Amino acid sequence: MNIQLSWSRRLFIVINYAFLIGLAATCLFPLIHVLAISFSSSTAATSGMVKLWPVDFTFASYEFILHKKEFIRSFEVTLLRTPLGFAVNMLLTVLCAYPLSKEQREFRLRTTYAWYFILTILFSGGLIPWYMTVKTTGLLNTIWALIIPGAVPVFNVILMLNFFRGLPKDIEESAFLDGAGHWTVLWRMYVPLSLPVIATVSLFTLVGHWNAWFDGLVLMNFPEKYPLSTYLQLMVANSSSLNFSGQSLFELIAVSQRTARAAQIFLGALPILLVYPFLQKYFVKGIVLGSVKS
Amino acid sequence: MNKIFGGRGLPLHLMLLPGVILVFIYAYVPMAGIVIAFEKFVPIKGVFGSKWIGLGNFRYVADMPTIAEVVRNTIFIASMKIVAGLAMPIAAALLLNEVRKTFVKKGIQTLIYLPHFLSWIILSGILLDILSPSEGIVNRILQAIGFDSVFFLGDNRWFPYVLVVSDVWKEFGFGTIVYLAAITGINPVLYEAAVMDGANHWRQVWHVTLPGIVPIVVLLATLSLGNVLNGGFEQVFNLYSPSVYKSGDILDTLIYRMGILDAQYGVATAIGLLKSVVSLVLISTSYYLAYRLANYRIF
Repeated sequence: MNIQLSWSRRLFIVINYAFLIGLAATCLFPLIHVLAISFSSSTAATSGMVKLWPVDFTFASYEFILHKKEFIRSFEVTLLRTPLGFAVNMLLTVLCAYPLSKEQREFRLRTTYAWYFILTILFSGGLIPWYMTVKTTGLLNTIWALIIPGAVPVFNVILMLNFFRGLPKDIEESAFLDGAGHWTVLWRMYVPLSLPVIATVSLFTLVGHWNAWFDGLVLMNFPEKYPLSTYLQLMVANSSSLNFSGQSLFELIAVSQRTARAAQIFLGALPILLVYPFLQKYFVKGIVLGSVKS
Repeated sequence: MNKIFGGRGLPLHLMLLPGVILVFIYAYVPMAGIVIAFEKFVPIKGVFGSKWIGLGNFRYVADMPTIAEVVRNTIFIASMKIVAGLAMPIAAALLLNEVRKTFVKKGIQTLIYLPHFLSWIILSGILLDILSPSEGIVNRILQAIGFDSVFFLGDNRWFPYVLVVSDVWKEFGFGTIVYLAAITGINPVLYEAAVMDGANHWRQVWHVTLPGIVPIVVLLATLSLGNVLNGGFEQVFNLYSPSVYKSGDILDTLIYRMGILDAQYGVATAIGLLKSVVSLVLISTSYYLAYRLANYRIF
């Protein structure tokens, strides 16, 4: 077939490409701009010379940040909470999603259990009673405060159970006939067959723990126990001034509040920027299969 | 009894047990904790020892001079986010569907999904920098083309719109995923038939693509009704300042300040309870409508 594109169609295609690429650029340029500022000298940043490329290239801001013991300490808290919280979240998500994915005739109380979990999305006690509960259970100021109260991510459970429901039933039925139990079917069949949704939920869980800041702010009374995102919340988002005390005059000249803030923003986003491209191909599939049912 | 707990059902109950216990402690016990809303709650005396004051906290809330403003801000910001948050992903998905070069499409998708995964801490840090009235790049560009610089995050005329635009910017890309999937799911035979009938490109979009995604649009529109009282705590909390409370203070930020900073536990819980109850009604209605209109079931 030889279809000659009309000029209006061609015009549309050009405008469409330009528009979408511009849209994508708005998602990228702010990050690049901040990255450029973080590698620029304080004078260049303050005078507004920095656009998308560093001016007077320097590592000074990063050296300043990486020598701050508060930054390192909160980074360590996050390094502990993320894998720990990930393990707990993933285990409970799989364990809850499997029984809930069964048909009612196979598991009678399934609907009751499902509503038990879904009700927590519809209604909550609110901030203060939740805080009081965490306090009463003795978790305040421990690493577990960042893990146990949010141990069951109900949205991820729903995503995973919907994916599980789409798996072919005949393989598990033959496994049951061969004498396999539910535990075997879950670990040997469901989990290996659910790579897209497990990758998706893994990404959500990892990103969730890395990004979580509110629990740290409310549940930790001492700044030295803050996870990285909570520390960054105080440093970056609140636009409060950095603690410059104890720094030499040289560093004060090289590092301004603005370049230091930019460096912290970039360091906070870096792990996500690194992990995201590898999991991207999975999460699209996982979300679509987990949330939209025909 | 044996039918329920015995035999093959037992492992299923055991699998659910840890989750059920944890949800009970950290979701259901706090629900019981809303009695604080009816007490003059003092932490040392505890939930059972504090004085019961009936609707006292609610009366206090009703008399707060700013409460009407906060409710209005919440609904205004949330509604604008709902509308723009529906329209923008649909438009972007339709336009992306017109891109035939796979690597261009993939590249655009990779970039527009990205902001969804960055926290409001990171994004507000970026916004504070680029929107700064003195040294931010946005205002430098505005000045270069002859406009006055705008204090986007400190001006009550601008602040709500900054919230809406930045929220849509963060989430629209991620929102296209569902629509692109729906468009991919449209039977190609329909397009061929349309071509046979002499439909040009626009007609195909209008008569095939759009009707193909209407069910999912209806579904997501209905489900988003439940968000009318959600102004977006994480975003507002990290972008606002006392100078824009007038246009940007929402219920959740008010609850945080009263409950955690001012230690007015009873009043904060009362506001939270009112919000939870209204949200419950809204979300239940939206789920019911989604079920009736789109035959949607959560699980």
